[in-house]
Amino acid sequence: MTPSRTSPRTGRSGPAGIPALELITFLLFLLFMFPFALVVLNSAKTSREIIFNAVAWPADWSQLFENVSLIFRNPTVDYLGAFADSTVITALSLVVIILFSSMAAWVLVRNRTAWSTALFMAFVAAMVIPFQVLMYPLVRWMRVMGDFAGIRLLGTVPGIVFAYLGFGAPLSIFVFHGFIKNIPYELEEAATIDGCGRARIFFEIVFPLLKPIIVTVMILNGIWIWNDYLLPLLVLGSNGVVQTIPIAVTAFAGAYLKQWDLILTSTLIAIIPVVLLYLFAQRYIIKGMLEGSIK
Amino acid sequence: MRKNTLVNVLFLAPCVFAFVMIIIIPFFLGLYYSMTDWNGVNPDVAFVGLENFRSLFSAPDFIYSFLATMGYTLINVVLVNVVSFVLSLIVTSRIRFRNFFRAGFFVPYLIGGIVLGYIWQFILNSILVDLGEALSLEFLQSSFLSRSGSVIWAMSAVNTWQYAGYIMLIYIAAIQSIPASLMEAATVDGAGYLTRVFKILIPMMANAFTISLFLTLTTSFKQFDMNFTLTNGGPATRFLDQPVKASQLLAMNIFNTATANRMAEAQAKAVVLFVSLVVVALIQVSINKKKEVEM
Repeated sequence: MTPSRTSPRTGRSGPAGIPALELITFLLFLLFMFPFALVVLNSAKTSREIIFNAVAWPADWSQLFENVSLIFRNPTVDYLGAFADSTVITALSLVVIILFSSMAAWVLVRNRTAWSTALFMAFVAAMVIPFQVLMYPLVRWMRVMGDFAGIRLLGTVPGIVFAYLGFGAPLSIFVFHGFIKNIPYELEEAATIDGCGRARIFFEIVFPLLKPIIVTVMILNGIWIWNDYLLPLLVLGSNGVVQTIPIAVTAFAGAYLKQWDLILTSTLIAIIPVVLLYLFAQRYIIKGMLEGSIK
Repeated sequence: MRKNTLVNVLFLAPCVFAFVMIIIIPFFLGLYYSMTDWNGVNPDVAFVGLENFRSLFSAPDFIYSFLATMGYTLINVVLVNVVSFVLSLIVTSRIRFRNFFRAGFFVPYLIGGIVLGYIWQFILNSILVDLGEALSLEFLQSSFLSRSGSVIWAMSAVNTWQYAGYIMLIYIAAIQSIPASLMEAATVDGAGYLTRVFKILIPMMANAFTISLFLTLTTSFKQFDMNFTLTNGGPATRFLDQPVKASQLLAMNIFNTATANRMAEAQAKAVVLFVSLVVVALIQVSINKKKEVEM
């Protein structure tokens, strides 16, 4: 037997290399996880304990509930309200983005005309426009709409959901477009012969077929909208009636400067729902992301 | 036929309407405002031509932010892609628990820039400094965030931690689409592991590199959230004999300019961000596309 020339680091050819690689991967995994561990550990400490020793095991885990209740009871930031608003905004935005983007993408795929190509190109090109170019004119434009057309977009849930549809549509249409292209047209033709109308063909035949790619679009947009900061800050304001989690966290950290016990607990509250959701749907999420990235 | 046209228009209408209202109109308004004296207070704006742009290129803080953004983007693109490519190789090898590791590496991507900025501020400013004092390691005793020479690197490290798991999925999808027989044939022919990676794997997944480099490049260019809560631009340093903020990237420079009610100037900076992003991205994509053809 000649010794394997394969690097032990990668361990592709021999089973002997794999435990070593597993160990290294596990250490990497710990490196990726240790920030979360630190957040949990220090959320269960008092400020004094953190200053004394930030990596120690908490003396008393009941401090965690103490810190959480301090945050929910604090007068500056309405955490539960922000959580509810974030949930409503993310859910509504996902519904309108998925529904309207898939409808638009289907029309753009099935109508091979010059204007549909041009419109598709416009959506694709818009993806390179940085948010920074649009944000201040957008706020001014929304104010104009409110003052002169009487449509209140600033500071309202419908306003920000409408904005998310505008910002989310280009990428979503692009992803749906790539998927619908590969759906055989014969399916729809057969339905047309049976006298099925165009709208019904979409909702009853095409839309159910989109399920795997809807997961992808949902994850891509969901992670972005849930964590987004600048758009809610500009459209809803930093102390408006409607709040989102990222705004609440910054407001809180700004009010309790360097009080790490409370700031870290507030980040823990922001993280937990997302991580729980991920733990339950992890397989679908990874699968959806892998499928979406091939397109 | 007429009914079909009606369905097409109705299906396209929501997305097109939102797209025009949220992106197209603010985009052209933004180009116009960059050439006015808009200050956010006075409702009337006057056209001033290219005046705002002319003063930008003699402002040290803007030149500094521009160069810092370029440097940050370069470091980030290399770090994120090297780390995520290595991770993708590991979790597509035959190690045990690979799906578990894959899912774990993706977790930081779920956490938004705002929240993780606070977490890493705590780690870099408290944990590492404590560690340096406990072990009397001098290079750890002052925070990486308080030194102008290391703050950009620290931000890149944090961004890599957040983003590598996402880019990793793109590479995994590409690796999985390569026929296994190809790699097996090369192994039979006596190609070592690194030879297989460099001569077969990387050329076969050239398209994934184009996408990943584009994504990391554009997101680094527009970096704001993590910059805002991790460093808020600090520490102070000097550039061209002027005091500047060592980690104030372009997006934050724009934000701070607008917060100071210099709206037209912020808008001009955003237009420069947009144009340079398009130029750099076009160069990157055309180089990558040429490579794809060669391979």
